[in-house]
Amino acid sequence: MAKPEEVKYTKTHEYVLPGAEATVGISDHAQHEMGDVVFVELPKVGQKLEKEKPCAVVESVKSAFDIYAPVSGEVTAVNDAVTGEPALLNQSPLEKGWLFKLKPSNPGEADALMDWAAYQEFVKQAAH
Amino acid sequence: MTCSAKLDNRLSIEKSDAGRRGLFCKNPLRARAKVPANLRRKAAPRLPELAEFDVVRHYTRLSRMNFSVDTHFYPLGSCTMKYNPRFNEEAAALEGFAALHPLAHDSCSQGTLELIHDLGARLTELCGLDAITLQPAAGAHSEFTGLLLAKAYFEDKGQKERTEIIVPDSAHGTNPATASMMGFNTVNIASKPDGRLDVEELKKRLGPKTAVLMLTVPNTLGIFESNIEAIAKAVHDAGALLYMDGANLNALIGMVKPGDLGVDMMHLNFHKTFSTPHGGGGPGAGAIVCRRHLAPFLPVPTVRKEGGRYVSDFGDKRTIGKVKAFFGNTGVLVKAYAYMLAHSARELGEIAECAILNANYVAAKLKDLYPSYSKEYCMHECVLTPGPDLAAKGIKTLDVAKGLLDRGFHAPTVYFPLIVHEAIMIEPTETESKETLDEFVAAMRDIHAEGSANPQALKDAPVTQPVKRLDEVQAARQPNLRW
Amino acid sequence: MYIPHTKKDKEEMLKTIGASSFQDLVKQVPSKFLNPRFALPAESLDEAQAAARLDRLAKNNCRPLSFLGAGAYERYTPAVVKAITSRTEFLTAYTPYQPEASQGTLQAIYEFQSTVCALYGMDCANASMYDGASSFAEAVRAAVRVTGRKKIVYAAGVNPQYMDTLKTYFAHSPDYAYVKVPLKDGAMDKPALPALLEGAACLAVQTPNFLGVIEDMDGVADLAKKAGALLVAAADPVSLGILAAPGEYGADFAVGEGQSLGLPLAYGGPYLGLFSCRKEHVRQMPGRICGMTKDKDGRRGFVLTLQAREQHIRRDKAASNICSNEALCALSATVYSALYGPEGLKELAEANAGAAAFAAERLSAVKGCSLKFKSPFFNEFVLAVPGSAAALREKVLAAKGIDIGLPLTPLYPELGETLLVCATETKTEADILKLEAAVKEAI
Repeated sequence: MAKPEEVKYTKTHEYVLPGAEATVGISDHAQHEMGDVVFVELPKVGQKLEKEKPCAVVESVKSAFDIYAPVSGEVTAVNDAVTGEPALLNQSPLEKGWLFKLKPSNPGEADALMDWAAYQEFVKQAAH
Repeated sequence: MTCSAKLDNRLSIEKSDAGRRGLFCKNPLRARAKVPANLRRKAAPRLPELAEFDVVRHYTRLSRMNFSVDTHFYPLGSCTMKYNPRFNEEAAALEGFAALHPLAHDSCSQGTLELIHDLGARLTELCGLDAITLQPAAGAHSEFTGLLLAKAYFEDKGQKERTEIIVPDSAHGTNPATASMMGFNTVNIASKPDGRLDVEELKKRLGPKTAVLMLTVPNTLGIFESNIEAIAKAVHDAGALLYMDGANLNALIGMVKPGDLGVDMMHLNFHKTFSTPHGGGGPGAGAIVCRRHLAPFLPVPTVRKEGGRYVSDFGDKRTIGKVKAFFGNTGVLVKAYAYMLAHSARELGEIAECAILNANYVAAKLKDLYPSYSKEYCMHECVLTPGPDLAAKGIKTLDVAKGLLDRGFHAPTVYFPLIVHEAIMIEPTETESKETLDEFVAAMRDIHAEGSANPQALKDAPVTQPVKRLDEVQAARQPNLRW
Repeated sequence: MYIPHTKKDKEEMLKTIGASSFQDLVKQVPSKFLNPRFALPAESLDEAQAAARLDRLAKNNCRPLSFLGAGAYERYTPAVVKAITSRTEFLTAYTPYQPEASQGTLQAIYEFQSTVCALYGMDCANASMYDGASSFAEAVRAAVRVTGRKKIVYAAGVNPQYMDTLKTYFAHSPDYAYVKVPLKDGAMDKPALPALLEGAACLAVQTPNFLGVIEDMDGVADLAKKAGALLVAAADPVSLGILAAPGEYGADFAVGEGQSLGLPLAYGGPYLGLFSCRKEHVRQMPGRICGMTKDKDGRRGFVLTLQAREQHIRRDKAASNICSNEALCALSATVYSALYGPEGLKELAEANAGAAAFAAERLSAVKGCSLKFKSPFFNEFVLAVPGSAAALREKVLAAKGIDIGLPLTPLYPELGETLLVCATETKTEADILKLEAAVKEAI
C-alpha cells in the first residue's frame, strides 16, 4: 500500500504514484470533501490522457466532480472494483480505491507536483 | 396524514391478484383484429391486476402522502408556487378544447386558434416585445428554443463564429445545460459581492465570439440588475443578443416591460408566473417572446388572423422548424389564458407589488435570526442563511428545511443559488396572506429555538411524515428503479 | 385576481418592513422603467364572464366524427383517471425535491417507471419527457453519446414530426448524417439494412410506423449489433397490449408517445414522453429518475436519484437540459394502465386493430379506393383515393361532419394521393359504416 508521503498531489486533489506504470486516484482529503461516492466513470484502457484535462468523473449524491489527469500518458489499467463498489473510494482512496494506471508519456511531469508536505500546506491554505 | 397511510406502503403490483379485473374494453370489433402471431408479444406485460376500487383507494392513499399548494404553503424560491385557480382547470377540461385533435382541419379549430392568437398578443404586450411562440413545453425547452433562434439569427447574418454564451454564476442550471446541449461554449462570470452582474467583467468577456448573454431578471438572489441599461448596451455594442430568463417574471409582471430594458428575447414559464399547476413536476408550458429581428426564425406553426379567420402559419423559410410535435402544450395555454382574462392591466401590476411586499415582509420579520444575503430590499424572493447561532450548533440549512416539514410548511429552495453558502431561498408569492406569512415566520423562529436548545431533535426531523430521512446514498449506489 | 391583501394589510406590512411606501422597495429599478402603459384590458372579467367567453371559444372548435391519428389518438379517458389526476394533492404539488413530503408523487413515479418497463420489456425508465417526439430525439442523442458516432440511420416509417424534432435537437448541424431506410410495401426494407448500417450510431425505427404498418423486427437488432449500432425503437404503448415488446426484439432504447394511455388530445399537449432503456445505458437517461430506498428506520421510501446527471448539478455537462417533465400525465397513464391491467390493455389493442381492419375492409371496397400496402397494420392504414386527398377530406368534412383522415401527400409525395385513416377503440361498426357511406357519396 502506498503511503500518503510516497505520492504526488495536484491542486485539483488527484494523486499520482510515479513509476513506469503510474497509479492515479484522489486524495483522502478530496474523498472526505465529496462525501459518499455513488458512481465512478473511468477512462478506457488505451486512452491517451493529457495532463490537466478531465479524464474521469466521480459522483456523490448531489454533486459530480471531474477528475483531471495529473500527468500525460496512456491508460494501462482501470480499477473495475471501484466502479462496482464506489464506496471503496471513501474507505481506501490510496489502496483499494485507486482509479487507473497509466504509462507516463513525459516521465518528468510528476516532479512538478506537490509532495505530501506541500499538499498539506495547500489544503490548509485553501480552508482559509 | 393518517395512520393507515403510514402503515400501508405496498406498491400497486403487490396488491395485484391474478384474474382480478378493473376496466374492460368490450367493443365487438375486437373480433376482427388480424395481427399475425409472429408480430405478437410473447409474454404479457407485468402490470397490476386490480379491481377499480383497489385503484381508487391505492392512489387516493398516495395523494395523502404529499404536500401540495392546496394543502400547504410552499415558499419555494425561483418556483413561484402561487395558487392554481380551480377555474383554470375547468376551462382546460371543456370538451371543445380537450377533444380537439392536433391535426384537425383549421375550420374545426377556430376556437383554440383564436385563444392562442389572443393569448400571444396579450403576452407580447405584457413583455413589451414584438412576437411570440407558444410551442415550448417548459422553461428549459424555451431556453433551448431561444438559443436556436440566436443560432439561426447569427447564421443568417453570416456570423457563425459566435459560439459563446455568457452566463453569470448565479444562473439556473438549465442555462449552461441548454447552451452546451446546443454546442455553444459556456462562459461563466462571477457575480459582484452584492449579487449583481459585474459589468466591467462582462465587457471584458464580450467579443466577436459572443452570441448571447443569458440573464435572469431579477436574478436568483431576488435582486434587480440595476445596471441593466449598461448591460444591454454592452451586449448590443458587441453585436450579441440579450436573453432574459423569465423564471422570476412574477417580480416585474404588469410593472416593468422587459422589452424596455433592452431585452432581445425572453422566456415565460406558465407554471410559475401564470398560475398553471406543477402537477408534481409537470406538465408546464413555455413561450419565447422576442423582438422583430428574431421573429422570422420562430418555430412553426404560428397563428395568423386572416379576414376574420384564424389560420396556422407555416411562415418564413428561415424558421428553426419544430421544437415539439404539433402545436405545444395547448391544454396548459388554456389555463394561462383563463388567468389572463381574470386580470386587468392594473391587477397584473398588483401581482408584482404584493409578491415583492410579501418577500420583504418575511425577510424583515426574520432578519434577527436568519440574516439576508443582501443588504438591500429584495424583489419577489429573499435569500437567507441559518445565521451564526444555528451554525454554532452544527445546524445546516437542510435541517431547517426538514424542521419546516414537521411544522406544516414545505421547505424553501435550499442550497441555491450556488454562490450563497447554506442558502435558504424564500419566495412567498402574492397569493399568500399576511396571516400565513406570520405563521410561517413563527415556525422559522420555533425552529431557531429548537435548533439552539436541542440541535439533535432538529437533525432528526422530520418525524411527522410518512417516512423519515431517506438513504439517498443507497438509492444511487444500488439503483432500484422498477418493480 | 387572486390576491388576499387588504389596504390595511399592505400598510402594516410596509411598516414592519420599515419602508415608507412601496416605491421604497423598488428603488433598485430605474424609475423610468416603472409602470409603463400596457395596451391590455382596463377591466378584467369576473368568473362568470370568463366562463362564458371560454365556453364560446371551446364551442368554436367543432367536433367531427374523426378518423385522424398520425401520432395522436382518440381515447376514452376513464372516470377514475380524471378523479385521481384532479386530486389537488397531486395536481398542485411541486417536483418531489423534499422526498419525505412527496412520497405520494414519488411512489406514483416509481410505479410509472415500472409500468413503462413492463409494457416495453425494458430494464429501466425515467420519470417522463415532454412527448414522444422529444423522447425519440433524446434517445437518438443518447445513442450518439454512447457510440461516439454521428451517422443516424432511420426507417422511412418514423413519424416525420419526430425526425423534424430530432433535427432541431441537433440544431441542423452538418456534423450529423441522416440516412433513410427506404419503404418496401409500407415497412422498412430489411435487406437494405446491412449496407446502410455501416458506421451508424443507431438504427431508429417506429412500429407500428407512421403509416400504421407493423414492422417485422425479427433479426433487426442483430444486424444493428453487427454494425456496432444501437437499436432505438418507438412504439405506441397501447399497441404493446398485443404487439412484440421492444425488449423482446433487442432494442437498446425504447420510447413512445404516452398520450395513447388515455390522455386527452388537447390540440397537441400536454402529452407524455415515454423513455426506457437497457440497464447498461441507465446513466444516459435524461431527466428525473425515481428510486426505491429505505429511511433511517428501515422503512421503504422513494427519492429522486442519479441526480448528478441532471442540469441543476452538472450544468453545462448534463445529459440534457430537461427540468420540468410531465409528471401529472405520467400519473394519468399509470392509473389508466392499472385500471385496464394486462387483459384490458390486450382488449384495447385488439379493439384498435379490429376497428382499423374493418374500416380498411369497407373503404377499400369503395370504387376508386384501395389499400396502399399489403403489410399488416395496427390501428391506421394508408388509403389511396381517386383525385385530391385534401379536397376529398374537406368535402366530406363540410358535407357530413366526418374527418376521414390525414392527407399524406405533403409528407410522402411518393405515395400519390393518399389518406392516413385511423380507427381506435372509440369507433363502432356504425361509425365506420357512416364513414364508408360518406366517402362513397363524395367520390
